[in-house]
Amino acid sequence: MAAGSSARKLFSRPARIAAISPYVWMVLFFAVPFLFVLKISLSQTAIAQPPYMPVFDLGKPGALSQAFAMLSADNFRLLLSDNLYVLSYLRSVYVAVVSTLILLVIGYPVAYGMARLPQRLQPVAMMLVIIPFWTSFLIRIYAWINVLQRDGLLNDVLTALHLVSAPVVWLSTDSAMYLGIVYSYFPFMILPLYATLSKQDMTLLEAAADLGCSRRQAFWLVTFPMSLQGVAAGALLCFIPIVGEFVIPDLLAGSEKLMIGQTLWLEFFTNRDWPVASAIAVVLLVLLVVPLVIYDRLQRRQLEEAR
Amino acid sequence: MAARALKGTSIFNIVALAFGLAFLYLPIVILVIYSFNASRLVTVWGGWSTRWYGELLSDRAMLDAAWMSLRVGVASATLATVLGTMAALALSRGDRFAGRSLFSGMLYAPLVMPEVITGLSLLLLFVAVDASRGFWTVTIAHTTLTMCFVTVVVQSRLNGLDRSLEEAAMDLGCAPARAFFAVTLPMILPAIVAGWMLAFTLSLDDLVIASFTTGPGAATLPIRIYSEVRLGVKPEINAICTIIVALVALAIMVASLAAKLSSDRARTPAPL
Repeated sequence: MAAGSSARKLFSRPARIAAISPYVWMVLFFAVPFLFVLKISLSQTAIAQPPYMPVFDLGKPGALSQAFAMLSADNFRLLLSDNLYVLSYLRSVYVAVVSTLILLVIGYPVAYGMARLPQRLQPVAMMLVIIPFWTSFLIRIYAWINVLQRDGLLNDVLTALHLVSAPVVWLSTDSAMYLGIVYSYFPFMILPLYATLSKQDMTLLEAAADLGCSRRQAFWLVTFPMSLQGVAAGALLCFIPIVGEFVIPDLLAGSEKLMIGQTLWLEFFTNRDWPVASAIAVVLLVLLVVPLVIYDRLQRRQLEEAR
Repeated sequence: MAARALKGTSIFNIVALAFGLAFLYLPIVILVIYSFNASRLVTVWGGWSTRWYGELLSDRAMLDAAWMSLRVGVASATLATVLGTMAALALSRGDRFAGRSLFSGMLYAPLVMPEVITGLSLLLLFVAVDASRGFWTVTIAHTTLTMCFVTVVVQSRLNGLDRSLEEAAMDLGCAPARAFFAVTLPMILPAIVAGWMLAFTLSLDDLVIASFTTGPGAATLPIRIYSEVRLGVKPEINAICTIIVALVALAIMVASLAAKLSSDRARTPAPL
């Protein structure tokens, strides 16, 4: 297909069609659907199938002006006025920030340890970190339910060690949820960190040592600042999806405080209020635009460097 | 230098790594062990038994869901691999076409986009065009979700490739298409295989997007498992999860063996 330096002879017709087809696919099935979300978020709820009022029917004369007259910001007004939604958004962002910080604190030493392993062991360590990521997400959360339940292994161990006298309630708590999130997103944090740390030029550390830096000083003055790009990539790769997380809080946290992904799910599947669910999605997307753009910049810079 | 670095940090490193790995694997090991528990009470050990695997075979709904998931997984992984590989080629070999940055941005967005948003938006599209929901809608949704993972894997391989080989082939008179199929494709094949496997397991794994885009009577395995898990821990669920873990482990072994074989083969006939 298109080979950079010899592109002149390469842009044959089939190659061009091949190059453009994934683009067309993503426009059709990723970009365009957002327009529908926006449209439905501005329409009104109806008890019908599908459960919303049609916003426009372009076949009729005067359809466009009629359509604009029917647009309504009621759903967004509802989101602002009802505490339930505001609190959900706040909780989501809070949970995502806390989880990302925990992931950084745990993930950095592991990634650092991996990057400093002997060269031949590094791919093995890498595989060991990635393999659980290949097994189902749902299964991994379910595995934790096994461990955390009232008569589960954790309580058995704690009781046997006489650390607690009665079984502790772990399930349906925030701690269980944080544990589940940290567990599930662990590889997403490790991999970008490892990628930057393993590329580091070791002669810089040698130079720092020669200039009288202790190992600790060398780490904080050389290694850490140079790994900030990996820190940012890992943090965003975790933060953005965690904000919209549904499965983990649903299965591991209590049901009195909801994250926004759960609220959206509830509005959609339980209340069948598609317009409000769409409005929630629109606001969530707006909240995430800034981190998404930063992530995209980082990702692109990394790929361009590798090119 | 290497030896000094190793000596100074090894204890800390090994402890950190050991903790990390135990954290990653222990719950799965426990899940597997308890799937062989003879007792219905999941917390009481009643001896080894394969009873729950037998009961799975008579669970019609679970088997249907597994079959649906396999079909969706194969179809969507294949589509995603074809499209994702083409996208990787366009991004790493194509010149800067108009909208290139928009293209790559859109391509990588599903990687981080919360699944509830992707799922909801695709559903609204399918409803708007009045598509009947089931196998194809989930397949399209999963293709959209997994394509970027294939692109990442293939693109990183393409970037690490020695491009002079392709150019040599073309200098020797190969048409670009022939150079691609004779030189580039064999070299990126392990990445394409790995990309397919990744797309397949992601599809097999997805609950949220499938819940939005599927229709009545077309539940996938995660949807089925989820509805059971909400009701608590059950030995049958441990059994089905163990089967999936075993299948995935087998697939990873095959894939890494294939990658090793192909890289060995690539190395041998090059005594330059």
